[in-house]
Amino acid sequence: MTNSSSSKKQAQDQPETSEPTLKSLKTKMTKSDEKQKKLKDIEISVPIVYGNVAFWLGKKASEYQSHKWAVYVRGATNEDISVVVKKVVFQLHSSFNSPTRVIEEPPFEVSESGWGEFEIAMTLHFHSDVCDKPLSLYHHLKLYPEDESGPLTMKKPVVVESYDEIVFPDPSESFLARVQNHPALTFPRLPSGYNLPAPMQVEDTGKKKRGDTKDHSLGQWFMSFSEADELLQLAAARQQVQAHIAKLRRQISLLEGQNQTVKTGSDL
Amino acid sequence: MGGTDAKDILGLPKTPLSLTQEKKSRPQKESHRKPDGISREVYALTGGVAPLMPSIDLKRRPPADEKVAWKWLSFTNSARKDDLQLYHWVRVVNDVPPTGDYSFAKYNKSVDILKYTDEEYENHLTDSVWTKEETDQLFEFCQNFDLRFVVIADRFPVSRTVEELKDRYYSVNRALLRARAQSPADVANHPLMKEPYDITRDRERKRALSMVLSQSRHQEKKDAEILAEAKRITEMRLAARRAEEPDVSANENAGLDKADGVVPGRSVSPTSNSQLPATAVAPSTLTMADYASTLASLRMLHVYLRTYGLEQMVQAASSAVGLRTIKRVEQTLQDLGVNLKPKVPTKTVCDEHLELRKEILTLLNLQKQLQYKESEGSSHREGSYAAMPDTPKDRVFAPDPFSFGAERPIKKEQKRKGPGRQADTPSPAHKRPRKLKASDL
Repeated sequence: MTNSSSSKKQAQDQPETSEPTLKSLKTKMTKSDEKQKKLKDIEISVPIVYGNVAFWLGKKASEYQSHKWAVYVRGATNEDISVVVKKVVFQLHSSFNSPTRVIEEPPFEVSESGWGEFEIAMTLHFHSDVCDKPLSLYHHLKLYPEDESGPLTMKKPVVVESYDEIVFPDPSESFLARVQNHPALTFPRLPSGYNLPAPMQVEDTGKKKRGDTKDHSLGQWFMSFSEADELLQLAAARQQVQAHIAKLRRQISLLEGQNQTVKTGSDL
Repeated sequence: MGGTDAKDILGLPKTPLSLTQEKKSRPQKESHRKPDGISREVYALTGGVAPLMPSIDLKRRPPADEKVAWKWLSFTNSARKDDLQLYHWVRVVNDVPPTGDYSFAKYNKSVDILKYTDEEYENHLTDSVWTKEETDQLFEFCQNFDLRFVVIADRFPVSRTVEELKDRYYSVNRALLRARAQSPADVANHPLMKEPYDITRDRERKRALSMVLSQSRHQEKKDAEILAEAKRITEMRLAARRAEEPDVSANENAGLDKADGVVPGRSVSPTSNSQLPATAVAPSTLTMADYASTLASLRMLHVYLRTYGLEQMVQAASSAVGLRTIKRVEQTLQDLGVNLKPKVPTKTVCDEHLELRKEILTLLNLQKQLQYKESEGSSHREGSYAAMPDTPKDRVFAPDPFSFGAERPIKKEQKRKGPGRQADTPSPAHKRPRKLKASDL
C-alpha cells in the first residue's frame, strides 16, 4: 500500500517536473560540468506530523501531576525520518528539569508529566548533506479535551496533531543518492538519462540497528491524514466557482449586445 | 541563537516581550518668589502659601486738590460746511476750557473720486453710448453718494442699470489711469487694472443668485438627488476602470517576459486539460509573475515548510488586490465550506487551493464588470428616451445574487484512524475490526 501511494504521488508530480528537468539537463550538457552538486527544479518533501498525546492520570492525579503526556515529531506514516533529521531539540517550559531536551535518535519524542499547557518549540537539525539550517516548529501542548461535557477518562487520551511537509528545494546529489527509494520521502522522478551513484552499504547496515519507528507505543492513538477528502472539497468548490464565472460571462455578453443596440438607436 | 536565526529567516512572528522601562522624569520644583510690596517678615509668617487676597497699593491716591465741574458750552463741527453752533455739556477740570475740534468730526470719511478735464474727456473718454453730460452727472453722483451704485441708479435721470453705471465708472477710471501714467508698467499693479469689472459675469452672477434664492423646496430636493446619482455613477466608472488596470500591467509583464526570452519559472498550477479562456489569461499572467518571484525567494531558503510556502503564495497573490477583496475571497471560501488553511497541506492540495483563490478573484472581477455594464446601460437608456420613446423598461436584466448559502455546502468531517495510510478511495468498503478508532476531537 505504501509503495503504491508513493508511486502515485510520483506519477502526479511527473508532468510538472519532466520538462524543467529536461531543460536543466540540457543546460548541464552544455556546461559539461559533471561535478555540479545540486540539481535544479527538483524538490524533495518529507511529510511529517507533530503534536502531543496526553493521558489523564485518574486517581493518581495530583495538583501538579495531573497528566502524562508525550510530544513528538514523526513521519506522516510513521516512517523513520532519521535519514533526514539528525536531531530534534525540544524546548519545554522553564519550570521543568532541564527544559532543553536534545533527542538524537528516533523516535523523536519527549515524555513528561505535569499540569500546564504551554508552547513547545521543536528545532529540527538535519544531516550535513541535507541542509545546514535548522527548522523550527511550534506546538501548543493540549492536555484537556475541547468538549467539557464528557468527564475525564484514563482510557482515551487527548490527541492534537498537525500535518506538514518539509520541502528541500535544490537537494544535493549525495542526499538524493542516500535517500532514493526511501518511504519517508516524496521523491520526484528523475530524467531517464540520469543515473545516481550507488548508495553505500555501510549506512544501510547502520540504519537497521536503530530503533524501529513502525511499532510505536502510542501508534494506536495517532491520527491519520488523508488528502483525498480535502481534494474533493477543493474540486467541488472549484466547480461551483467556474459555473458562476460562466453564468456571469453570459450575462455580460448579453448586456453588451443590448447596450450596443441602445447606442445605435441613440445615434440615429 | 540558532532558534532566533531560524525565526528571522522564516519570518515567524515569535518576538519576546519587550521589558524596556522608561525613565520617569522628575517634576521640577516650583520656586515661590516673594511678591513685591510685602516685607520679608510678613511673607515668612504665611509659610510660603500664596496670598488669598491681592495686595492693595495704598500709595496711589487720587489728588484731592483737583476740581471737576460740568458746563453747558457751545462747539463747532468742522465736518459741516455751514457755521452752525450747537451746545453740549463738557467736563471741565480746574476751570480749563476744552480746546480742539468736535471729537466725532474725524469719522466723516469721503471716497477719492478721480476728476477729469474737458481736454482729457475729448482725448480718452468719448463713448458712443454715454454723453459727456451723463458722464459728468454720474461722477457727481459718485462723489455725493460715495459709490453706492444702488442709490445712484435710483437717482440717475436717465434709466440705466446698476451694472451699466458700474461699467462706465470703472472703464473711465481705467482709461484715465492709463492716460496719466508714464508707461503701462506703472499702473499694472493697480487694483482697477488687475481685476477689471466684468459686466457680463456680474449680470450672470446676480441672475444665478436670484434663481437660487427663489427656488422652491421641492426643486432643491430634486437637485440634491440628481447630484447624488451623478456622483454614484462617477464612482462606479472609476471602480470599473481601476479593476481593468491590472490587466494592463499584466500585459506589460508578458511583454517583458517575451523580450527577455526566459520562461518566468515552473508553472505552479498542475497541468489542466481545459484551456483557460482568453479573458482569464491576463490575471493568471500577473499571478504567475508573482508566483515566480515567490518561488525564487523560497528557493533561497534551503529548507521550508509547505504551510509557510502556501502562506507566501497567498500573500503574493493578495498584494495585487485590495484588503476588501481579500476579505471577500476569504468569505467566499468559508461559504463554500473550504478551510482557509488546508488541514493536509500536500503539494497537490496547496496547488488546488491556490487555483481556487485565483478563480474566486476572477469571479469577483466579473461581478464588478457586470455591475458597471448594468449602470452604463441604464444611463444610456435614460438618455435615449427622447429618441426612442417606445423602448420598454422590462428588458433590464436583473443580476442573480451571489450567494452560496442556497446551495448545499460540502462539509465532511475528517476520518481519523490508526496508523497506516488511508486508501485513496474516499469511502473504503471494508474496515478492519481489530483497529481501534481514535477519539474524535
